[in-house]
Amino acid sequence: MTAVVFVFYLFAVSTLLGGLMTVLSRNPVHSVLWLILAFLSSAGLFVLLGAEFVAMLLMIVYIGAVAVLFLFVVMMLDIDFAELKAEMAKYMPLALLIGVVILMQLALALGVWGFDAGAAERIAAPKGDMENTRALGMILYDQYFLVFQLSGLILLVAMIGAIVLTLRHRTDIKRQDVLAQMFRDPAKAMELKDVKPGQGL
Amino acid sequence: MIAQDLQVILPEIALAVYAIVALLAGVYTGKDKSAAMIVWITAAVMAVIGLWIATGSGTNAAFGGSFVDDSFARFCKVIILFSGAVVLVMTQDYMARRGILRFEYPVLVALATVGMMFMVSAEDLLVLYMGLELQSLSLYVVTSLRRDSVKSTEAGLKYFILGALSSGMLLYGASLTYGYTGTILFSGIIEAAGDDVSIGLLFGLVFLIAGFAFKVSAAPFHMWTPDVYEGAPTPVTAFLSTAPKMAALALMARVLHEGFGGVISDWQQILAFLSVLSMFVGAIAAIGQTNIKRLMAYSSISHMGFALMGLAAGTTFGVEAMLIYMVIYITMNVGMFAFILSMEKDGVPVTDIGALHMYSKHEPLRALALLVLLFSLAGVAAPMLGFFGKFYVLRAAVEAGMTWLAVAGVIAAVIGAFYYIRIVYYMYFGQDREPLDAGGGPILWVVLMGSALIMIVGVINMFGMEPVAAAAAAALVN
Repeated sequence: MTAVVFVFYLFAVSTLLGGLMTVLSRNPVHSVLWLILAFLSSAGLFVLLGAEFVAMLLMIVYIGAVAVLFLFVVMMLDIDFAELKAEMAKYMPLALLIGVVILMQLALALGVWGFDAGAAERIAAPKGDMENTRALGMILYDQYFLVFQLSGLILLVAMIGAIVLTLRHRTDIKRQDVLAQMFRDPAKAMELKDVKPGQGL
Repeated sequence: MIAQDLQVILPEIALAVYAIVALLAGVYTGKDKSAAMIVWITAAVMAVIGLWIATGSGTNAAFGGSFVDDSFARFCKVIILFSGAVVLVMTQDYMARRGILRFEYPVLVALATVGMMFMVSAEDLLVLYMGLELQSLSLYVVTSLRRDSVKSTEAGLKYFILGALSSGMLLYGASLTYGYTGTILFSGIIEAAGDDVSIGLLFGLVFLIAGFAFKVSAAPFHMWTPDVYEGAPTPVTAFLSTAPKMAALALMARVLHEGFGGVISDWQQILAFLSVLSMFVGAIAAIGQTNIKRLMAYSSISHMGFALMGLAAGTTFGVEAMLIYMVIYITMNVGMFAFILSMEKDGVPVTDIGALHMYSKHEPLRALALLVLLFSLAGVAAPMLGFFGKFYVLRAAVEAGMTWLAVAGVIAAVIGAFYYIRIVYYMYFGQDREPLDAGGGPILWVVLMGSALIMIVGVINMFGMEPVAAAAAAALVN
């Protein structure tokens, strides 16, 4: 067994373990931590495939941002997971049955896995001697330009949606008025009164 | 190269740029005070782009064959744009009076329309998915636009979660398809599928169809429809039940014919199953409903069953029948919702069909228009356009040798006729109750009467739609 194969199995097993424990662990915080393990190991698998850029993206975006966000959400939202699980348990037998049936069907399908005869030519050819990052850029901003722009529009919709559904214009609070503050005149801001001793104002 | 590509998607770019400009205008001017104006301008822009697209000709591919502008896409886009524009115009007053007319509403509708335009033109699985998500995401937001109402937010959440699930299924199917064929282009998939599809690719196909069935609310993937239709603000329901249905069905037709056109017998049985189930679920489950919005939800499930019947035929005529059916369905639905939007009592919207008792005595003309629309929706009486829609899909099924499917369709139509005619019975022979207000502005009145008039006048020659639909179908199936 060469070192590469050994490393592959190491990462593959830890990916599967991470995925499994994400679902199984009782504490949601542990679930997120297991999820991070799954992400990390799949990043390792990508490195083995020679896709180092995707691996780094997975680390920076998924672990650095997404998983940490999950962690915050899980910790901040006070969700009673035990109660949710009890609710889920009612449907467990049916869900298990459907899951097993689909799993068996998929095993049947994937068992006869074989590429179509012409698939080799249709799969996008590697872009010459370019490094991965540059090749990705060439594809993303050229061949898939349309899809890239469309994802931008989708993100815009997500932004509009978040604002529409949550922003409330409150009228009972005092807002900062920058111009009014800047044009404040120190001479008028304060009035000096000369109070004579023994007399009030 | 890129300039030519951009030329092809110019209408889409125009609408997207308009949406962004309208958003900025809304933010920088008087917030929601300018909403009514933005609604009108959006509708006008959509109608103008619709006219512009209608003048196009030929088949233009762009972006390496992942986007195509052919007469099928143009037919669907024109219908989508016009129905969207009409829905926007007729709902503006309702939303303003309920205080939910935010300036984001027309912007989101315009962006959803951009998504639908990409859906009907998509020639690869990635553009398809992006168009679909752009449309769905905008629709989730407008569904929960009335954010202070528990029902509206619940509807939005339900729609979002089930929509995400269906997107997941669709993506799984897409990944299996890519895995077995090595390409995401429909032109490559049809080459790989040949005339004998491998079992792995078949799995991909099944998952894809399941995802699409979710989006068109065909049974057994229809669970979300009644709740979302009931919970969403009525104007949004009107939009949900028109343009997006057309887009999703057109998308399905394109994937099945351009991607899997060589293996028709493999997807024909799946579609026939979806079709029969939808027709019967829609017809039978609607009988117990008293809320007119839920009723319309089941009605749309049943109508999707009929439209899928045309697709299940797997022939050019089948696609033509589906297109004709959808145009007629959308016209009827716009009219129905123009009526539902005007149903109110003491300024409060009413959705209970019991409120329509003896409606004919108080509003004879509107009751007559509603009668025409209901008979047309039922589609069992000859002098309305709705009958011809059903006639076309049934003929397509019979010609494709699926007589059993046509027979099932006729039985379902007869069952479904019950609940449409029950409303007619209430209007003309019910007990006398307190009447509804003479609600709704002149726009709703015009849309209602116009839709009813089309149902009657259209039987002469369908406004010359048939040859156009035939050309569109011929462009898709070859």
